[in-house]
Amino acid sequence: MRFLLDAEQRAFTGSLHAMLSAAGTPAVIRDWSRGDPARGRALWSRIAEAGVFGLAVPEDHGGLGRHPVELALAFVELGRHAVPGPLVETVAAAVLLQDLPSAKRFLPGLVAGTDLATVATPLGHALTTTPAPTEPAPDTGPPPTAPTRDPDPARPRLAADTAAARYLAPGPDRAPGTDPAAPQLALDADAATLRLVLTADGLRVATAAAGPPRRSLDPARRLTPLTPDGELLTPDPPRERALTWARLAIAAQALGVGLALLDRTVAYVRQRTQFGVPIGSFQAVRHRLADARTALEFARPLVLGAAVSPRPADVAAAKLMACEAAYTTARAALQLHGAIGYTAEYDLSLWLTKARALRTAWGTPEECREAVLDDALKGHDAPRRPAGPVGEAGP
Amino acid sequence: MPAVDLSHSRADEEFRAEARAWLAAHVPRTPLPSLETAEGFAAHRAWEAELAADRWSVVSWPKRYGGRDAGLLRWLVFEEEYWAAGAPGRVGQNGISLLAPTLFDHGTQEQRARVLPPMATGEAVWAQAWSEPEAGSDLASLTSRAVRTDGGWLLRGQKTWSSRAAFADRAFGLFRSDPDAPKPHQGLTYLMFDLRAPGVTVRPIGRLDGKPAFAELFLDDVFVPDEDVIGEPGRGWRIAMSTAGDERGLTLRSPGRFLASAHRLVALWRARGCPEHARARVADAVVGARAYQLFTYAAASRSLEGEELGPESSTNKVFWSELDLALHETALDLLGPEGERADTDWSEGYVFSLAGPLYAGTNEIQRDIIAERLLGLPKGRR
Repeated sequence: MRFLLDAEQRAFTGSLHAMLSAAGTPAVIRDWSRGDPARGRALWSRIAEAGVFGLAVPEDHGGLGRHPVELALAFVELGRHAVPGPLVETVAAAVLLQDLPSAKRFLPGLVAGTDLATVATPLGHALTTTPAPTEPAPDTGPPPTAPTRDPDPARPRLAADTAAARYLAPGPDRAPGTDPAAPQLALDADAATLRLVLTADGLRVATAAAGPPRRSLDPARRLTPLTPDGELLTPDPPRERALTWARLAIAAQALGVGLALLDRTVAYVRQRTQFGVPIGSFQAVRHRLADARTALEFARPLVLGAAVSPRPADVAAAKLMACEAAYTTARAALQLHGAIGYTAEYDLSLWLTKARALRTAWGTPEECREAVLDDALKGHDAPRRPAGPVGEAGP
Repeated sequence: MPAVDLSHSRADEEFRAEARAWLAAHVPRTPLPSLETAEGFAAHRAWEAELAADRWSVVSWPKRYGGRDAGLLRWLVFEEEYWAAGAPGRVGQNGISLLAPTLFDHGTQEQRARVLPPMATGEAVWAQAWSEPEAGSDLASLTSRAVRTDGGWLLRGQKTWSSRAAFADRAFGLFRSDPDAPKPHQGLTYLMFDLRAPGVTVRPIGRLDGKPAFAELFLDDVFVPDEDVIGEPGRGWRIAMSTAGDERGLTLRSPGRFLASAHRLVALWRARGCPEHARARVADAVVGARAYQLFTYAAASRSLEGEELGPESSTNKVFWSELDLALHETALDLLGPEGERADTDWSEGYVFSLAGPLYAGTNEIQRDIIAERLLGLPKGRR
């Protein structure tokens, strides 16, 4: 047991942070948002040179082997600097492709940063409601079987019928009211050089964007429709593993976004004066930031812990809590900046809008909770001794 | 330097297995009566003796005082097993987690040899005596006096919110020994005293459910011999603050108890048919308990490498107290109308969790500490 970064890991994050600070990401983000990816591509190459994309790719495909801890640390920094582009999607693509015979066509370019990949996930997948047993079980009766969805014969068989796997299940699991024929959206498919679509029949290539980007609440996220008009790469992609890596990366990215929002807001309330004193001396302001700090402080070990052992439930928990903490911090940041924080022109907006977008990307809070509860209910197959009240004995 | 590693050593896992087996054989089949009653207090004291007989009451202490020399990680493992086994609350907690660390750091050899063994067996149960009617969050403004006399001190004044004092044997706290010191936190002395000494009047106070969980102490020239002063007279504030750090920090509320509570909450949710209305809150309790466990492992790892934990213990205290409260509120909601009953498996824990944001430094005080010392915000108006 040693739940601490080592010196090499700290040096790695420190050098990424220094490189990204020097890159001046706000200008890069604004270009990217306008559809001019030149500076974003240049930054992407430097991130690749630092080894980030190789952290999700085995060595025989030119990567560094699978290193989820270092990948998570890198994504904290990418989030902290609000780096634009299909970062998480490139990791997901690398995981989807790495066991295929065609992997060597794709992976070296992703590792080197010459290729950017995006992945369209099923659009508007079903909200994850687990039906309750119809008869409430008595407290002392035999435990009911863990509630699961009814298996849908129309749905392709997945490796494991877990909440995480269901998330990427295509077709029949789409939310009521969504058009099954609508093109799937992929992040930054206009800038990506490798466009993948997860479909009912497997993993396919899309040859081109199927239309102009839709606007995201985060202007740096260009949601581009794709149709799976290209090659079928595999009928049985490792959906769950890709989702696990994507959720780990996005959890770390969200944590970084939250940390940056907190730092910027702390700096602002120290220098902004009203009534003759810094507004950071007012208790209403201080306590809101203390709560944001606490939320981020407890999301961080979940993210690192999920990276150490990337189980789907632990990654879902990290994604849930990191995104919630980032969003809580975003709300505090907006409130404490006042009107200036509400402008697109002020750079804070680049992080504020991302905190909202990441919250639902690659799994809504409810979908993450479902993965957590699926796992927690498994722990009740062999119940331990019924416990008495836990409490008392405090000061 | 070793890489990040979340697995326990083989020796710690063997320790876990030993603790689990002992607990499985000894934890009472039915929960003990509330320890905030005379009957329950006695039953919990007897449980402390049973733990102590096999050296399970104070595993992190040195062997010569009844412990097992367990390091921080092994203590965390013990706590996980303890609470998972549904074992009783610890009536000796105040002494074990607040006074004992102070004695290890600031006490004399003689004090340790005299005070710690009966604390380990439950023979002497300790209450804390910090707050006063006019000194709560602003503890340094306390006015109870310690007046110099031959061979010791005379205590005069009033303490309040003294947890466990209704049934405990002894107490520890801060007293003003030099009223002329230039600053409020100077001239304070840290003393131990007998709750049955002449001049002590204990008036139990009913907490929200009426049980006498704490008490007022009236002190009328209570004699305390010099041997019961901890550290130098006049230096009590610094000594007490090191104790307060422990209280908020790692040792007061171990992750094991919240993991166990979250496990019970999932069981309750399932037994009630997994109702939709509680789904998010149950999941959040599971995630919160796991976050607290991992946060603690990280803090323990830093501590084992010699880092001071410092003000982050304030984020810790805010987090666990709110987690505990949310978890119990969810349980009561799951119980439905039955949730208002005072005799469910969750009632006592709920009432106790309501106090979490209040004691050991209110959460508002903790947020001030976070703002000032972790975020570097300017000192504020309170």
